[in-house]
Amino acid sequence: MSVSAEALPAAKDFKSDAKPVWCPGCGDYSVLTSLTRAFAQLALRPENVAVVSGIGCSSRLPAYTNCYGFHGVHGRALAVATGLKVARPDLTVVAAGGDGDGYSIGGNHFLHACRRNVDLTYVVMDNHVYGMTKGQASPTTEPDWDNALAPGGTGVRPFNPLVIALASGANFVARAFSGDVVGTADIIAKAIASPGFSFVEVLSPCITFRPEQRGWKESVRPSPVATTDDPARAARRIMTDDGFNIGVLYHGNRKPYQPPIGQKRKTLSEIEQGFAL
Amino acid sequence: MTPQPKSPSSISIAISGSGGAGVMTAGDMLLEAAALAGCYGLMSRTSGPQIRGGEAAALLRLAREPIECHGDSFDILMAIDWVNTERFAAEIPLDAQSLMIGDPAQGSAPAEFANLGARPLALPMKVLAKKIPHGRANMVALGYIASLVGLPATAIAEAIRRSLGANGDAVTASLAAAEAGRAAAQGVDCPHRLAPGGNDRDKRWLITGNEAAGYGALKGGIRFVAAYPITPATEILEWMAPALTDVGGVLVQAEDELASINMAIGASYGGTPALTATSGPGLSLMIEALGLAISAEVPIVVVDVMRSGPSTGIPTKSEQSDLNIALYGPHGDTPHVVVAPNSVADCLMTTQWAVHLAETMQVPTLVLSDQSFGQTRMVIDRPADFAFAGQRKIANGDAQSYRRYALTESGISPMAIPGMPGLMHTADGLEHSERGTPSSQAKDHLAQLDKRKRKLDAADYGRHWAEVEGDDEGDVAIVTWGSCTAPAREALAQARADGVRAKLISLRLLSPAQPRRLDKLLAGVKRVLVVEQTHSGQFHRYLRAEYSLPGQVRALYRPGPLPLRPSEIHRELVQWSGS
Amino acid sequence: MSRASRGGGRKPPAAPEVGTVEDLLSRAHAMEVEAAERYDEFAAQMELHSNLEVAALFRKLAGIERKHADSLASDLRARGLPVSAAAPLGTRGKEGLETDSGESLHYLMTPYHALDIALQNERRAVAFFTALVEGAGPAELRELAKEFAREETEHVELLIQWLARTPKPAKDWAYDPDEPRMPE
Repeated sequence: MSVSAEALPAAKDFKSDAKPVWCPGCGDYSVLTSLTRAFAQLALRPENVAVVSGIGCSSRLPAYTNCYGFHGVHGRALAVATGLKVARPDLTVVAAGGDGDGYSIGGNHFLHACRRNVDLTYVVMDNHVYGMTKGQASPTTEPDWDNALAPGGTGVRPFNPLVIALASGANFVARAFSGDVVGTADIIAKAIASPGFSFVEVLSPCITFRPEQRGWKESVRPSPVATTDDPARAARRIMTDDGFNIGVLYHGNRKPYQPPIGQKRKTLSEIEQGFAL
Repeated sequence: MTPQPKSPSSISIAISGSGGAGVMTAGDMLLEAAALAGCYGLMSRTSGPQIRGGEAAALLRLAREPIECHGDSFDILMAIDWVNTERFAAEIPLDAQSLMIGDPAQGSAPAEFANLGARPLALPMKVLAKKIPHGRANMVALGYIASLVGLPATAIAEAIRRSLGANGDAVTASLAAAEAGRAAAQGVDCPHRLAPGGNDRDKRWLITGNEAAGYGALKGGIRFVAAYPITPATEILEWMAPALTDVGGVLVQAEDELASINMAIGASYGGTPALTATSGPGLSLMIEALGLAISAEVPIVVVDVMRSGPSTGIPTKSEQSDLNIALYGPHGDTPHVVVAPNSVADCLMTTQWAVHLAETMQVPTLVLSDQSFGQTRMVIDRPADFAFAGQRKIANGDAQSYRRYALTESGISPMAIPGMPGLMHTADGLEHSERGTPSSQAKDHLAQLDKRKRKLDAADYGRHWAEVEGDDEGDVAIVTWGSCTAPAREALAQARADGVRAKLISLRLLSPAQPRRLDKLLAGVKRVLVVEQTHSGQFHRYLRAEYSLPGQVRALYRPGPLPLRPSEIHRELVQWSGS
Repeated sequence: MSRASRGGGRKPPAAPEVGTVEDLLSRAHAMEVEAAERYDEFAAQMELHSNLEVAALFRKLAGIERKHADSLASDLRARGLPVSAAAPLGTRGKEGLETDSGESLHYLMTPYHALDIALQNERRAVAFFTALVEGAGPAELRELAKEFAREETEHVELLIQWLARTPKPAKDWAYDPDEPRMPE
């Protein structure tokens, strides 16, 4: 889609012609729309946006955008995104993927991305399941969810990504719901605009392996409390909510990590002097 | 194009259709019915990139004798509808002798199929199904095909009952629909028919390669599995999850492949034979830990169900291109064992053997299966039982002088298991002395490297290291492995009819190499044809490096996603023999 | 705004940022364009999942919305107003009225389901314009909103009739004998 130099791109200019292979009814379609709306709302241009992902249904997203995309290996999106942003601070870098990719194999990178606080946005489409590999438990799955790999359920407590993000130092923590396209677009836009590491966990139903998640739209609600900049308060709230409070739950003031790049202080021959006798 | 000589007694059937059509269900039932009627057969699946819906095809081959791969072309294409079927054109070759059956209500065949000269037949599946309450087109198709090829209606009925047994209404509807299909086939002339045969179904199994590998692991004594899902290996883990519990073992779902391999190493260090299963991308992640297990001499089995690479590649298609990483993966000098099944049934014995080798020699053993084995369902003769006697050599006795990595003649050092008093030691990836304490001494490094190599070289791998078939008197030999074995075998049969006398050597033990044994097998051979499914000829290069191949050597190789066909190999053999 | 009424992140239809006739015309046009695009996206999903009957129906619905959009575009041009091909930013398009985000789609859905989605969309549009009629805007704005509400109500009627002519889904419309696949 060509965009004239004068006119700002509209949301649909951020979508590519590729037809998503997601199951009809999948929440990820809405998240794609929300993401492109957020880009348009922020007056970004596709050539200045990079979308980085790992492996899984949600990780197919970059090719469905018209931005610079990177579809990497399982769980490493944040590492790739970090390298890209630190080397190219002028770009808007968004990492995207699912709960399996992000919290399981990607768990370690998630922790350290929050800690490092590079100016990135991480959008996780959480459907409490490994969809692409046909329905195994993910780190956010209920312990008693029966599946072929863990008959009767894993018996293991689910992971709370928002609390982990807070404890690790993420500067912006939000929860969204795919069914509210405009609300999610607003949250993502705020996340991108916020300096530092912004984490948006989007509840995005998998209607193939978790058809009961179609009921999520009845369960979600706007968060009853205002955004806080106190991480401990935010953590307490999140640890006591039922997982369905939608909104920006924490917005801090940490300075983003961005080592200076491009500043030359010495010539090579000056450096060489260090070896001379 | 002259039709290639086909195995006269096999029939290849493709059933295609889109979401909701139930082609896989129909295919599964057809295979089961054939098995119940005493036939052999196999079924593999192909589909578009969608998780549900979209185009899909069940690919079957049925015969009265054992068959282990797809043939050169399909005799029957049954299209429940034609939506996007052309995407399978390369996987479903038809020729002038093929039948192409479609539903007039679903439009006409795409050009890619219509132009192949196959004989078109019309079967109004939708209309016929509608006449039956809850009737479905795929069951009409099933009954029609069964009748065409000569499968008895009783076998179809039994397959339907077994599949849908719990749901009485579905059984009734499906039986009626299948009967409608059968009736519609009356008077249709079909040149492809299964010869009537005996009924040895009691001695047969219906199984996939992944299930066979899982069961082989269990038989070999695996009692701990660490699991991380990956296409096309997940079914091994899902099959083993309840089965392990049944035999007192345990499966833990890991957070990633790094965790699964290390968990398995931990369990094995504790004395429990352990395994994990993965595919190429997962094996890449596990390489470092494999080096650890080699250095620390911890037994472990890793099943790699290979898919098309590199990187994320084509996850649902087969290839043999993980050979390099399986052989050479870990850094340093790291002798270890690599074995490869040569058929779906062989996945059982080979995995069981792998456990035996790993435990006996205290070394990681990789099993190179592939997607074409793992996800193909096959009718096989119940495999013979193998009582591999492999066990860990457990330490006993003198606590004072226990040396975990003692330099023995065999290279295998008695292993102490946590819990045994007085024999405590630290297993280590650091190079170590005989006692196991870290050492940077030249003599220790050399001694341990020698020992770890000696233990593998000194072992007697028995008769399972390779399978040899064909003509002993021939001067041509095919050397191959894994899923190229069956097409090579059929190519040999085709070539024999052309007067070419050749033998087939399929290696089951890939590493350590067995040069003296191969020399014996290749005595008198003047031409060697190496066959494999890779882009860069990985197996060919390996043979060149480790073996001396006599006379002239040619290599026939190409990558996935399409399987090597018997006729390709046959053509190469005949051309070469003539020149 | 009552949260208790229905749970979910839903709010009753609001009428933000539509203060003048020009605003309303632009918004109405944008809504039609967005609806057309949405139906086209749904059609593409259906095509990829081999549900050609419903794909064709969504294409038809897209065509209808596009005709409405074209007619509104003429009105805008006649008044010398800009015609934007896309929804104005910062405003809430039909999505703000909970236009079906696509989450009630199913690869085996029937034409009945598709028409029901369209019906809900039109109902929401009626509610949007009705809120403006009952709101505090200038008389001219409320008159135009009334006209739009009437038109959309006609669409609602047409869809109800269309639905009545369409076979209801069979009880087992979502039944697929085959299991899901593992594409990656």
